Amino acid sequence: MLIRILPPSAVPPSDITPEPAYYRRREILARMGLGAAALLAAGCGDAAAPAAPAAPANTAAGLKIARRSEQAGGETVTPFETTSTYNNYYEFGTDKGDPSRSAHSLRTRPWSVAVDGECEAPGRIDLDALIRPHALEERIYRHRCVEAWSIVVPWLGFPLADLLKRFKPTSKAKYVAFETLYDKEQMPLARWSGLDLPYREGLRIDEAMHPLAFVSVGMYGKVLPNQNGAPLRLTIPWKYGYKSIKSVVRIRFTERQPVTTWNQMAPQEYGFYSNVDPAVDHPRWSQATERRLGELFKRKTLPFNGYPEVAPLYAGMDPKKLY
Amino acid sequence: MAAFRRPLLWWRLAAWTLGGAPLLWLAWRVATARLGANPVEFLEHQTGLWSLRLLLATLAMTPLRRLSGRSEAIQVRRLLGLWAYAWITLHFAIYLTFDLEWSTAQLAKDLVKRSYITLGFSAWLLLLPLALTSTRGWQRRLRRRWTLLHRLVYPAAILACLHFLWLVKSDVREPAMYLGILAVLLAARLGRRGKAPSDAQGSRSR
Repeated sequence: MLIRILPPSAVPPSDITPEPAYYRRREILARMGLGAAALLAAGCGDAAAPAAPAAPANTAAGLKIARRSEQAGGETVTPFETTSTYNNYYEFGTDKGDPSRSAHSLRTRPWSVAVDGECEAPGRIDLDALIRPHALEERIYRHRCVEAWSIVVPWLGFPLADLLKRFKPTSKAKYVAFETLYDKEQMPLARWSGLDLPYREGLRIDEAMHPLAFVSVGMYGKVLPNQNGAPLRLTIPWKYGYKSIKSVVRIRFTERQPVTTWNQMAPQEYGFYSNVDPAVDHPRWSQATERRLGELFKRKTLPFNGYPEVAPLYAGMDPKKLY
Repeated sequence: MAAFRRPLLWWRLAAWTLGGAPLLWLAWRVATARLGANPVEFLEHQTGLWSLRLLLATLAMTPLRRLSGRSEAIQVRRLLGLWAYAWITLHFAIYLTFDLEWSTAQLAKDLVKRSYITLGFSAWLLLLPLALTSTRGWQRRLRRRWTLLHRLVYPAAILACLHFLWLVKSDVREPAMYLGILAVLLAARLGRRGKAPSDAQGSRSR
């Protein structure tokens, strides 16, 4: 795949050119598949319809970006070269440069996601079937790592709520848990991660259903690079980066708060909520400021990473518990 | 070329290379803007690593003299120690400049609240009098107290290794390796002291 590196200041974020070739190819293949299935169905005299209704944007003009929204206060988008080579993905090495060098061993096809727990429509869903019904949206979000660095990324995907609703969570679904693929063969460096794998994350259901909670399948108008969490990951912009779990293979609706990897590893350092809060320091370093990659000096960290609209989710809760 | 037949010159050259070559390499990376996605972090990590390497190299000279019987090892020890101190100071200066923007209030806050900063700063502070009294003049003036004073390098090295260890999130292999090397270098001294008590007199070396 050709990777086009845009100079950081030359192009305003809203002018980023999408390169949906990959999606168009898949769409063509998918439509061929559907067509064949329809023919087959007609031949059998059975009016079986495809399970997932396709959104107009996907059927009419290929998998194009239906909508764009800039939600990073007009801040400059971090260059792709930076965000694709500076990664925390411990299954592919603990050094920031490791994942971009070693994540090529991740096989993102075939890929399916197992959905279970407190929902009416559990099951294993193939990646194409998972993505197809959703109109792809580009969202430019700030991303703040717990290590006090940050980036601005144009993600490509769809609201997490739209995905979760398809599985019809029951009233018992108070939380939703996610799991990353763990395959020692594809992830030979994972044994040095120091983490209890597979990587697990979770959200309270109302957090997961918030319109800002996002599933990303691409960035910068292209399919996600492996090191950035291909083929699909969460993007939860008001929380520290480790909540935005990568390469998801499992979604489970639960009644109780699920175990999450970093919280389990060091509960006094990483909470379940992990909302970005400049007033609550990490025990070993300050969270008041952050270094935006590409800048030399630090800038102030914003409460909820600059997304105050999520504050009502935590009304009445002790802010000290929201780290 | 005749001069290079004198082994001490080779030892000195090696010490200057060990201390200076990484600095040239780093300067070249800065000049060509090849510092990766997070240049400040890159500089902080690299200057920190070279500080630790040179500190351990300094501490390796005494065991090396015993193993090889070469007195040159002791003769370049001060040079390596001063290079180590220069690297630590550079490391500290980069943190002061880019992380704190020279805010003493911020430094005070970090020193109180961030244990790994406290450790690193303590190591730098412990080594300051050693760098200042590294000249022959001071060595003569302080006599046995000089030897005593320069034992501060041991706690400083331990603090420096812990400073690295406490910074890491979960993969402790690299800091553990440095701590292991330090443990070996310190154990070599303890073992020696047990075997040859005569060496514990005034001229005890490190």
